[in-house]
Amino acid sequence: MSTEEYLKDITEIKDMMNKSSRFFSLSGLSGIMAGIYALIGAAIAYYLVSISGREYLILDGKIFNYILLDLTLIALLSVLTAIYLSHRKAKKNNETLWNTASRRLISAFLIPLVTGGIFIAIKIFNNHYGLTGSLMLIFYGLALVNASKYTIGNVKYLGYIEIILGLICSMFPTYGFWFWVAGFGVMHIIYGSLIYFNHDR
Amino acid sequence: MKNIIGNINKAFDHRIRLGIMSVLMVNEHADFKMLKELLGATDGNLASHTKALEKEEYIVVEKSFIGRKPNTRYSATKKGREAFKKHVEAIEKLLKQ
Repeated sequence: MSTEEYLKDITEIKDMMNKSSRFFSLSGLSGIMAGIYALIGAAIAYYLVSISGREYLILDGKIFNYILLDLTLIALLSVLTAIYLSHRKAKKNNETLWNTASRRLISAFLIPLVTGGIFIAIKIFNNHYGLTGSLMLIFYGLALVNASKYTIGNVKYLGYIEIILGLICSMFPTYGFWFWVAGFGVMHIIYGSLIYFNHDR
Repeated sequence: MKNIIGNINKAFDHRIRLGIMSVLMVNEHADFKMLKELLGATDGNLASHTKALEKEEYIVVEKSFIGRKPNTRYSATKKGREAFKKHVEAIEKLLKQ
């Protein structure tokens, strides 16, 4: 066999190892959209709190319920957009949306995220909600780092950034809102664009 | 030089067989459908290549039922992993020369 054929073999081996263990059709555009939803959602929350006449949030108020609904809608819209756009990208790449790699990706992502979600909910019910923004960033970051093994590798850097933002935020809990805007809004748009320009097209 | 050539394994001298081993090196197991999709092979083609690797004892087959549907899944044996590693190392050495 010639050198060229051996080179082709090595490329084929790497390609198969990657393709069978990583889900590459994660859509960058959906990251950008998630960032935009987060910014719109944050603006709505900011408005709600400012018309309430208080500078801060109280747990048993009507405003608090609206903000919870606002957060749920952001999360739901982001997930639906990610599924739809990744499905479209997978089709283009001749990959299926639901395969071994994407199943692993989802379970690696959900385990830290759901743990964090439950933890935050427990804290809120015990009236400890001062660190909610920080905890959301930290657990989301951990979920991203954990999931990055099964998708486009540089997702882990977004995870590191979210964790660092979350940790800094825990020192300045009164600025939690702005850290949240930076982590879930701005960073998603920046990182989504990076993936979009490097992988989507 | 002779030694390197000796480590180049004839059993992996085909795109489909190379692909099957690559997938099984990074996945604990893979079923027939997954291999077929990844490698873009026909049923008959894939079956003949898995059989060849099975004969060398590089992979093992597990047949089971998921509900009522029969499911065939493969995994690499220790012998297969070692042989494949040697094969890849040999290719890399050849390329470095």
